[in-house]
Amino acid sequence: MISNYSTKIGLEIHCQLTGLKSKLFCSCHCNYREYSPNENICPTCTGLPGTLPLLNQTAIEKAAMVCMALNCTIPNNILFYRKNYFYLDLPKNFQLTQYNAHGITSIGVDGLLGYGQGEARIRRVQLEEDPGRLSYVKGSSGSLIDYNRAGVPLVEIVTEPDFHDPKDVRLFLNKLASIVEHLGVCDTSLEGAVRCDANISIGDSRRVEIKNVSSFGDVEKALKFEMTRQKAMLNYEMEIRGETRHWDEQRKITKQSRTKEEEQDYRYFHEPDIPSIQIDEDYLKELHSKMPELPDERKERFINYYKLTEHVSKVLIDHKDLADYFEESAKIYFAPKEISSIIVTDLMSYADDNSKKLGSTIRNIKMSPKQLAEIARMIKEGIVNRKTAKQLLYEAVVSGKLITSSENETNFRKIDDEGLILRSIENVFETESLAVLDAKKNPNVSNYLLGKVMELTKGRVDPGRALSLINKKLLEH
Amino acid sequence: MSRLCDLSLDEVTDGIRNQHFSAEDYVSHILERIARLDADIKAFVSVNTDHAVESARRIDSKIRRGEKVGYLAGITVGIKDNISTKGLRTTCASRLLADYVPPYDATVIRKLKESDAIVIGKLNLDEFAMGSTTEFSNFGPTRNPWNLDYVAGGSSGGSAAAVAAAECTASLGSDTGGSVRCPASFCSVVGFKPTYGSVSRYGLIAYSNSLEQIAPIARTVSGVVRLMNVISGVDPNDDTTRTVASPYSVESNGNHLRIALLNNLTVNAQPEVSKCIYSAMDTLSSAGCICEEITLDSLEFALASYYVIAMAEASSNLARYDNIRYGFDLDPEGYEWNSYFAKVRSNFGEEVKRRIIVGTYVLSSGYYGRYYLKAQKVRALLRREFKSLYSKYDVIIAPTMPILPFKIGEKIGDPIKIYYMDIDTVISNLTGMPAISIPAGFSNGLPIGLQIMSDDFQEQKIFDVALLFERTSKIQARSPL
Repeated sequence: MISNYSTKIGLEIHCQLTGLKSKLFCSCHCNYREYSPNENICPTCTGLPGTLPLLNQTAIEKAAMVCMALNCTIPNNILFYRKNYFYLDLPKNFQLTQYNAHGITSIGVDGLLGYGQGEARIRRVQLEEDPGRLSYVKGSSGSLIDYNRAGVPLVEIVTEPDFHDPKDVRLFLNKLASIVEHLGVCDTSLEGAVRCDANISIGDSRRVEIKNVSSFGDVEKALKFEMTRQKAMLNYEMEIRGETRHWDEQRKITKQSRTKEEEQDYRYFHEPDIPSIQIDEDYLKELHSKMPELPDERKERFINYYKLTEHVSKVLIDHKDLADYFEESAKIYFAPKEISSIIVTDLMSYADDNSKKLGSTIRNIKMSPKQLAEIARMIKEGIVNRKTAKQLLYEAVVSGKLITSSENETNFRKIDDEGLILRSIENVFETESLAVLDAKKNPNVSNYLLGKVMELTKGRVDPGRALSLINKKLLEH
Repeated sequence: MSRLCDLSLDEVTDGIRNQHFSAEDYVSHILERIARLDADIKAFVSVNTDHAVESARRIDSKIRRGEKVGYLAGITVGIKDNISTKGLRTTCASRLLADYVPPYDATVIRKLKESDAIVIGKLNLDEFAMGSTTEFSNFGPTRNPWNLDYVAGGSSGGSAAAVAAAECTASLGSDTGGSVRCPASFCSVVGFKPTYGSVSRYGLIAYSNSLEQIAPIARTVSGVVRLMNVISGVDPNDDTTRTVASPYSVESNGNHLRIALLNNLTVNAQPEVSKCIYSAMDTLSSAGCICEEITLDSLEFALASYYVIAMAEASSNLARYDNIRYGFDLDPEGYEWNSYFAKVRSNFGEEVKRRIIVGTYVLSSGYYGRYYLKAQKVRALLRREFKSLYSKYDVIIAPTMPILPFKIGEKIGDPIKIYYMDIDTVISNLTGMPAISIPAGFSNGLPIGLQIMSDDFQEQKIFDVALLFERTSKIQARSPL
């Protein structure tokens, strides 16, 4: 039976070192996103004849930090290799990267990273340059090349095929993202800053590579799709081809790649223009002392110091920005439970139901940590109830203004008069007559009606009381 | 009274600084010679006339105003056309760079300009410096000024011929496997390959990065020494550069040094060449040097090792010439990009194609260990052996070329024969150690060069012996034309 077949998943993650000022081998800006096409370039990153790569030493430092966080061994002699292949976005028609076939010389090897309940071995970490980008113009047969990105430093993190479930992949990637955020090496919210390729094999079948996945959520979806596809094929005794497939974001399926990626011979050899980099114990010791607090340590601190639950701590720390926002707020008014609960439950609802976007949500809201601290204070001191607090929070999030209760108290006063509540319910029943009919068959729809009532009353009725009135009304109807 | 063009580098800077003649007079004289002679010699690919005259006038007015001028003020330097010159076409004698104008100066060019040297023009070479005769140039061969039917050597044939014909005071070439020493020997001028890492390669269009150095050519040893004093040193634009022991001195005290003659190389040489090298050893002996003969068996593998490494690196270095960002006029309309690449790259010359193909082969999986890795091992072995030799000897001498210059076209059909010409010179590129070729005599009017090699950064020992030989051998640094 196919259900006995084990699934093996390995990952290859490319993470731009967006925290650096300059590219890996020249002084052009690492932050290429702010420039018009081919504005952030120089003779070196466009591969003009006679130019030489000048290694950005800070990139070595940042990559070594990533390796330390992933518990890798860092060899004491680091080399760069040329990976030779032709492509339009590659200015030199070779990529400067690292390679371990002729001795271990990549920045890190043999790491291990725990996530959730599991752990995955890290085969290697290597430092390499990003190529440029191609874009195709509608209605034209030609394509345009932008070299602004060419030479931006990447760390490539390759895991062993230690995952069996796409959900674990998601957990691992969240953990990894949090680590690079905490190290300050990568802003994962930037488009294209983190890319993930995955490979998956079921039982004895051949390995299938999945490329072109731009978000962590989609990695999980793509892997789930592939598992279903491959298991279905095995059920029909069809052979699974070893191939590369691309994730189609629109249709949510994987497709066989149009361009045949046959076994390429990259003819790796040591780049003579970059002398070997010696890494000694002293360097590593100094680097170790400079390491920022990592997510696991921070989580422990949140649990022990702020007395937060394991779950809440994890949600906060999965996104460094959330954790930072929390700590800033808690520093102003020490109410960690209230503050974390507002962030994790209330603010989460503004985040498009997508936890990946939570990090950027916190960055984009207008409310300051100080205002959040103030709301938490009002809750804790019993000045407002939770529902009113929600209103205040909403106002603060969208307008950046905190309306204190004394200024505009009437708007937040609770409606206690049952007549007023019933009138609102009747109004809703009139405008939502179809939903009312549905609600008679499906009790879940009454929650929808409740939402409408809450909307109409601006949240000033007690939802429990309103719901029981709605249900009563439905029976009479 | 000698002609202005025949003056040595020191005589030119002294003459201009002391106002015996103006920089403009000198440059005009040189430009006139180029115009008159170069149609026959074909050393120049481009002549930098306007810039040269302008620079000369600027130097003259500085001198008239009593201002300080640079160390090389007023000398005319020809530049091999694989060294990037801002605003001045840099072709590598290839169709693929026919229209390429670099937007930046190589470090050596910046340093020359800062010392008030005048870039007089760009000089012919084998396409991408791949060759030993300058016959593999897209512009046609450079001719030997000593006999126009003969090859000038290569790949820096233009750089050596222009200096020999006194079309410039000095020149820069590049030496990957002997590319400066070979033509220096064939044209009877002085060519010096520095220790790897002495001179910045920033701006040198790479043929084989781990082997090559930019290398000066002049008619006298002191000319080369003075150029080295300007172009060498650590460059923040080249991470492979290292601190050097400059400034180098032109006061020779080489008469006490221990010299070994590498007789594997004289045994394999043409008898006329061999005879000349032994007589050079006698000259040095009589001048007070302690000379003896040695044999080194591992030299047998040097040539194969050199070509494997050079071609491997070349195959990768030349991959960037796809005509997408710069290059020559070839309409991409109607081509799928892969076929456009193929179309573009079919424009490389025969020798370049040969080296790309061999280089690609030796790096491919399954062959890497058999060729590239083995070549690197030979290289490491040679370095060890020479290191130990230099604990016993200060310098090692040998012929620069195993043969005399030959007629243009004579060997072009036999690439292996041409490769074998490099057997004496590739050693120093593999070890990374310095080596010079200086005029040692003539046979039937054809020049012979003496090669002097030494340990890493021991350039001064080489210069000392070369100066001593130059002074005692009395071979005059004169132009045949």
